[in-house]
Amino acid sequence: MARYDRAITVFSPDGHLFQVEYALEAVRKGNAAVGVRGTDTIVLGVEKKSTAKLQDSRTVRKIVNLDDHIALACAGLKADARVLINKARIECQSHRLTVEDPVTVEYITRYIAGLQQKYTQSGGVRPFGLSTLIVGFDPYTGVPSLYQTDPSGTFSAWKANATGRNSNSMREFLEKNYKETSGQETIKLAVRALLEVVESGGKNIEIAVMTKDKGLRQLEESEIDDIVAEIEAEKAAAEAAKKQPPKESTS
Amino acid sequence: MECVFGLVGDGFAVIAADTSAVNSILVHKSNEDKIMILDSHKLMGASGESGDRVQFTEYIQKNVHLYQFRNGIPLTTAAAANFTRGELATALRKNPYFVNILLAGYDKEIGPSLYYIDYIATLHKIQKGAFGYGSYFCLSMMDRHYHSGMSVEEAVDLIDKCIMEIRSRLVVAPPNFVIKIVDKDGAWEYAWRETIKDAGVAAA
Repeated sequence: MARYDRAITVFSPDGHLFQVEYALEAVRKGNAAVGVRGTDTIVLGVEKKSTAKLQDSRTVRKIVNLDDHIALACAGLKADARVLINKARIECQSHRLTVEDPVTVEYITRYIAGLQQKYTQSGGVRPFGLSTLIVGFDPYTGVPSLYQTDPSGTFSAWKANATGRNSNSMREFLEKNYKETSGQETIKLAVRALLEVVESGGKNIEIAVMTKDKGLRQLEESEIDDIVAEIEAEKAAAEAAKKQPPKESTS
Repeated sequence: MECVFGLVGDGFAVIAADTSAVNSILVHKSNEDKIMILDSHKLMGASGESGDRVQFTEYIQKNVHLYQFRNGIPLTTAAAANFTRGELATALRKNPYFVNILLAGYDKEIGPSLYYIDYIATLHKIQKGAFGYGSYFCLSMMDRHYHSGMSVEEAVDLIDKCIMEIRSRLVVAPPNFVIKIVDKDGAWEYAWRETIKDAGVAAA
């Protein structure tokens, strides 16, 4: 069955799954995405590549909700994302139907990761070319969570993470600057991380905020512009303070 | 024995259903809620085989939610009614659901609407309707007293008249009823009409 050998994910002699690694390359070419977990707020942000003039930007939603209390952002092949998101949405409702309980964030992450893994071990299929950031509040304990999955099908929980283009820079920034935040501070941290790698301005960033009571809320462009302006003002003030040493220390 | 009935008023639709869960001569409970809130602006009152009723209405509810997540906007009442009828019709010639449904909803541009869907997948858009033995009395009462554009007070008064007829004229009349309303602000439980309260938990 020579024809079946193409595009199968098989082991290389030194133990690599090259197709999976190539899929991770595809993710690295995708738009930047960041997720930050606060105490009462979880923020997802994605880079918005400049929309073509004739394109209706409302139809290009990059942060979607899977259920009332779960949202997802991804980096990589958007068409693959559509398939995974559709299956995840069905699973959320199916879970509610069979056990009369909403899914936990961990459950749906495990489900999506399981799907991604399945496609690394089947004949004639290629892995999904995307990594996802899944956020939500546990429906009963109200604990916020942020999970990440990747094309190999592994998943883990994070306090903050980034994926897609320049994710290493964003992750470094987050590692240096992460602290427990809530509300607006969490949003600012996510925007600051994105601004490290993305051109500044509301047109280039899409932010969605998930809270326990209000679910997922997409921020308006003007709101994002305001936050960006605030951050830039803070940065400028910090720069100015660095250049002029405070008078108390010299005298 | 099971009664579900409803009508369309001025900017709202109301459904009333009995709340008895019965198995031959035994009443399991008298506070079984048979009017499911499908989504923010839809009510589905169902009567019939209890297993089928719960299974089918929950299935429809989850699929209505799935549509909303997939498409970002909710189904219209007409679309939900047609979807429901379609599911009943598909199952009919294999393993039918014995569930009769009154589906009430409010759509922004259309206003309130009420759909009659019976267990063999009949679908009618109606102003007033009823299922069960109680329908013999309710339909006559509604024919006499209903007029289009009733206010909430008038409609609930008519519902109460129907409940009175059922209680006094039906040999095995259900004791308790629940009334739910859907209007521009959403679907919500309006009131219960109880003659028998289930015994509360004994004080420790």
